Amino acid sequence: MNDLTLIMPEASLLVLACAVLLVDAFVGRARPDATFWSAVLSCVVVLAQVASFVPEKTLFAFSGTLRVDVLGVVLKTFVVALVLLSFFYAREHFSKRPGERRGEYYPLALFATLGMMILVSASSLLTVYLGLELLSLSLYSLVAIQRDSLPASEAGMKYFILGALASGLLLYGMSILYGVAGTLDLPELLVKIDNLESSRLLLTFGLVFLVVGIGFKLGVVPFHMWVPDVYQGASTPVTQFIGTAPKVAAFGMAMRLLVDGLEGLAENWQQMLIILSVLSMGLGNLLAIAQRNFKRMLAYSTIAHMGFLLLGLISASSNGYAASMFYVTLYALMSMGAFGSIILLSSSQGDADQLSDLTGLARRSPWFAFILLILVFSMAGVPPFGGFWAKWSVLKEVVAADYVWLAGLAVVFSLIGAFYYLRVVKIMYFDAPEPGAAQVRSSADMGLILSANGLAVLVLGLVPNILMQVCLAAAIPYAP
Amino acid sequence: MFEQIVFYAFAAGLIFAAFMVITVRNPVHAALFLVAGFFASAGLWLLLEAEFLAIALVLVYVGAVMVLFLFVVMMLDINITVLREGFTANLPIAGIVAFLMLAAIGLVVGRHHFGLTEIPAPQAAGADYENTAALGRVLYTQYLLPFEIAAVVLLVAIIAAIALTLRSTRQTKAPRPERQVRVTRAERVRLVSMAAEKPAPADAPEA
Repeated sequence: MNDLTLIMPEASLLVLACAVLLVDAFVGRARPDATFWSAVLSCVVVLAQVASFVPEKTLFAFSGTLRVDVLGVVLKTFVVALVLLSFFYAREHFSKRPGERRGEYYPLALFATLGMMILVSASSLLTVYLGLELLSLSLYSLVAIQRDSLPASEAGMKYFILGALASGLLLYGMSILYGVAGTLDLPELLVKIDNLESSRLLLTFGLVFLVVGIGFKLGVVPFHMWVPDVYQGASTPVTQFIGTAPKVAAFGMAMRLLVDGLEGLAENWQQMLIILSVLSMGLGNLLAIAQRNFKRMLAYSTIAHMGFLLLGLISASSNGYAASMFYVTLYALMSMGAFGSIILLSSSQGDADQLSDLTGLARRSPWFAFILLILVFSMAGVPPFGGFWAKWSVLKEVVAADYVWLAGLAVVFSLIGAFYYLRVVKIMYFDAPEPGAAQVRSSADMGLILSANGLAVLVLGLVPNILMQVCLAAAIPYAP
Repeated sequence: MFEQIVFYAFAAGLIFAAFMVITVRNPVHAALFLVAGFFASAGLWLLLEAEFLAIALVLVYVGAVMVLFLFVVMMLDINITVLREGFTANLPIAGIVAFLMLAAIGLVVGRHHFGLTEIPAPQAAGADYENTAALGRVLYTQYLLPFEIAAVVLLVAIIAAIALTLRSTRQTKAPRPERQVRVTRAERVRLVSMAAEKPAPADAPEA
């Protein structure tokens, strides 16, 4: 296989992102929709390219710095599809807020997508780092792009400084691993670690910093400080973007580093991940209860969900990885819909990001209240919605790996979490709307997209096997 | 022996400069200490026979990046006393944590694991060895993809910088001669027809 053929999706995304930038620069002001449609077209082209080639065995390109395997292809498909979906929500948001800067949103989001694609198909520490930087740099600027808004600037600054610190730690860990093993190549590292019993301590030392880097990207406790402020401060479509596809990419990053490169140290990183996971589920769920801002509540719920996601990795088996992948994909879909409802309810005056904005939604708009009900129940893990199967499959693997106490703890934390999810339902269905509350107005395509988003979560709950088979197929190479 | 003296001199200089960067009061001095830090690391890189990288560090970072940085620092109106608030209050805890971290790192990354017996010093390259050529060779073959991605990262940095700073509204005012010469009387003079004299109000109060 030719190197250039293997990197075709990434290469065309780069060219298309530059083209979108030019389209925005030249015709963006006269026809704002031109930028949107060219961005959508780019995503569709790249999606077709990614999905059209599924390799039978792992292929390497560019002197082993890039790999193309089933896991990479599946993750890339999910990432690009999620980005495509988020563009439609972003369009609705920008049409309600003519004053907000929209031009750079689409090109920067496409560059972030490129970073995610490189990150999930990296096969060298160097490629992992550069892919991560490309993703992060685009995200920092997306957060800060509403520069006249004080919360957005503050959030951007916080994200940037903490992100730079996390990148520094990640690089330090990589340099230690390189110093010990003498290679940047992840498959080579995997082989060499077995022969380096004497340097175990040093390898673990390097591993700690890698776990910090991954933890920051996922936003798990104690590396979660940026999550609530960024989620609340950034403009809603940007929050939605950060909360969906990059989580899938961060899962891919964890797989590449911990499993593809350092599976030999599994017993070490399992211990670290258990600590991160328990802290995240606990702190995330407890602090979410105290929130009155819907975006901030979702931020703490993200922290808890990412802790849950780590449980699948802790089991260190191919089924566990598949369960985690299933979880992160469904989570991204649910979170997309939840932020989508904020965009739907917002008006040109301001964001509807307080929980009180949902008061009596069932009477104002029964259909969208039902869609949000599906999403929230699914996040809480109520059957038969998708989130139940996600939680169930992860817990099953944790029990199979003999961590019964951990599974029990996860269930307890999920029950605590159910409280604030059900409160959203209570506010929507049992509280009477304020007398002057406006009807929900949405454009037809926005209603269609949000409905499809919510129903997809329901359908995946009724027939979870469609997605689960894909995830299992992607994890087959990791079976012992 | 001589190599060791040089190494320790540069290493001590680097640590001193790095410490001063975060402790001096004046931000301009901090930037200048950062320059000193770059010089010291360039010296260390020379010892490691990475001559090209050492020179590139001096040329690019000291010559270009830091000079720009100095301009930025001088133009910003930073209220240093506000920034310093809370710096000493957290110092004891931060100091203890930092010391413990340093001790732990020292235990792991010490002589036991990175000593000359564990990792022998590489052979010095011959006189005809070309650092630059070797670097160029791997950069455009083995590391082609990372090199290209780094280029994309820079492109994103440019886009982000423009997006975050460009004001689309015109802020500069300049005359446009082509419009000035085409001006007509109607645009400049407005004829108002009115009574020649303003009649005194009938019930004006007497002065």
